[in-house]
Amino acid sequence: MQWETVIGLEVHTQLTTRSKIFSGASTEFGAAPNTQACAVDLALPGVLPVLNKGAVERAIRFGLAIGARLNRVNVFARKNYFYPDLPKGYQISQFELPIVEAGELPIQVGEGDKAVTKVIRITRAHLEEDAGKSLHEDFHGEDGKPLSGIDLNRAGTPLLEIVSEPDMRSAKEAVAYARALHTLVTWIGICDGNMQEGSFRVDANVSVRPKGSDKFGTRREIKNLNSFRFLEQAIEYEARWQIERIEDGHEIVQATVLFDPDTGETRMMRTKEEAHDYRYFPDPDLLPVKLDEPWIEQVRAALPELPQQKQARYQRDYGLSAYDAVTLTASREMADYFEATLAAAGVPAKLAANWVMGDLAAALNKEGLAIGQDRIPPARLAGLLKRVDDSTLSSKLAKEVFAAMWAGEGEADAIIEAKGLRQMSDTGEIERIVDEVLAAHPKSVEEFRAGKDKAFNALVGQVMKATRGKANPQQVNELLKKKLAG
Amino acid sequence: MSLSTDDVKRIAHLARIRVDEAEAAHYQTQLNGIFRLIEEMQAVDTAGIEPMAHARDLQQRLREDAVSEADRREAFQAIAPQVEAGLYLVPKVIE
Repeated sequence: MQWETVIGLEVHTQLTTRSKIFSGASTEFGAAPNTQACAVDLALPGVLPVLNKGAVERAIRFGLAIGARLNRVNVFARKNYFYPDLPKGYQISQFELPIVEAGELPIQVGEGDKAVTKVIRITRAHLEEDAGKSLHEDFHGEDGKPLSGIDLNRAGTPLLEIVSEPDMRSAKEAVAYARALHTLVTWIGICDGNMQEGSFRVDANVSVRPKGSDKFGTRREIKNLNSFRFLEQAIEYEARWQIERIEDGHEIVQATVLFDPDTGETRMMRTKEEAHDYRYFPDPDLLPVKLDEPWIEQVRAALPELPQQKQARYQRDYGLSAYDAVTLTASREMADYFEATLAAAGVPAKLAANWVMGDLAAALNKEGLAIGQDRIPPARLAGLLKRVDDSTLSSKLAKEVFAAMWAGEGEADAIIEAKGLRQMSDTGEIERIVDEVLAAHPKSVEEFRAGKDKAFNALVGQVMKATRGKANPQQVNELLKKKLAG
Repeated sequence: MSLSTDDVKRIAHLARIRVDEAEAAHYQTQLNGIFRLIEEMQAVDTAGIEPMAHARDLQQRLREDAVSEADRREAFQAIAPQVEAGLYLVPKVIE
């Protein structure tokens, strides 16, 4: 039987506010334990939450960026469960009336020129507070019983939980969506996207069904995936596991599972029967949040051009492929770099795109650098592109100049001068070399006249060698043809 | 709707409150009394009336995003039962 995987994602994004969602404690990462946990975060008696305007503003930004409905009145609720890193005994979240509902995010599915756009629906996005961290290290009480250490620095950090519809049909699609979402939230500056520090955490709901069926299978939820690679591995393993179980005659039981990166497997954490009953109810400590139109319009006006808008513009105005457009808008820094290079160079967009996505990206990758940390500012790359565009440099010479620029040897023109890399355009000089080559290789000439095309290429190669790659290959071709015909 | 003694015990467990049989029966009577009251209120026709999320018809005030809390770890940890290396210690939790 042919099976189909159905995936929906829940993504927790940590918002970039300076202070916590309900208290004035700092959210900065990496402080000594509990030095950024104030009385509100510790849930000491008598404290009350006061909502951070910056967190609400970031949620509005996100809602506008995905064309969602912003609930003009939205409500905070208590989600009740007991865990030592949650001192209040409940998490303040949003339940029935979240701030953002019904948005969309387009993703590219497939590779290269075959890539097509697919729209993933986003059910909702709601504001909530993060919990603290439990450290299960070697702490012991006086009676020798094992203890856990609790760090509440993260408690109260604002999160936007973004929930998608079950619209994805493969691990690759899920990764494409997660990446597009990651690009968007960092692009609009609501999240720093740092996955190692837990700023962007993904839960995947996975089920399988016979291909062609319109009913969903029973799902299992994989918790806390903190890299795109783990997301892909975990979904692939989980889908295979579910298919095998069903084919062996078992039923899938709804459950929460964890992914173990060391084994590449998922394992059960709890079943639905053991699942928490959260007993949500509106938090009486917080009043309904109202969003007024002037504020929403102010936030809208401050939004940058979004990745999906840029992608459309690159295809429309620059004639780039969808794949190129998506690659160039993988981050705001990349798009800014591309646009600055193109503006400074005034060359065809495809040429600039190829260099930014190709040689520059490869050089950055090799050294583990991100765009923006590069050694070549856009104006300098533009200098190189101009010389490629006006045929001063062959593509081979251009690569040499690029390497020199990367090594910090300055502007393209200066490098070309210093290294004598200018492509030869003096016809007389090339003609002289062509004559020399023909005289030195009578055998190849004979072979060519006998109808061996390979011999022609060998002669071109000899000329290029003699000019140390500086001759214009097209010009060499023409001259050789002329001379051999004559 | 009315609650069974098992419902009461489950709710008590979720809230981490220990109740014995006599108490469970007592709370069952009280809670079912509250449910009867709710049923009476539900008989009122509220069609077309916007539900309120809070008893006061006000809106939430917002705080500017600024750090206003200094580190008071020492004072807070002085009243904690057990601390080590800046951490609050609790009985080991295994999920």
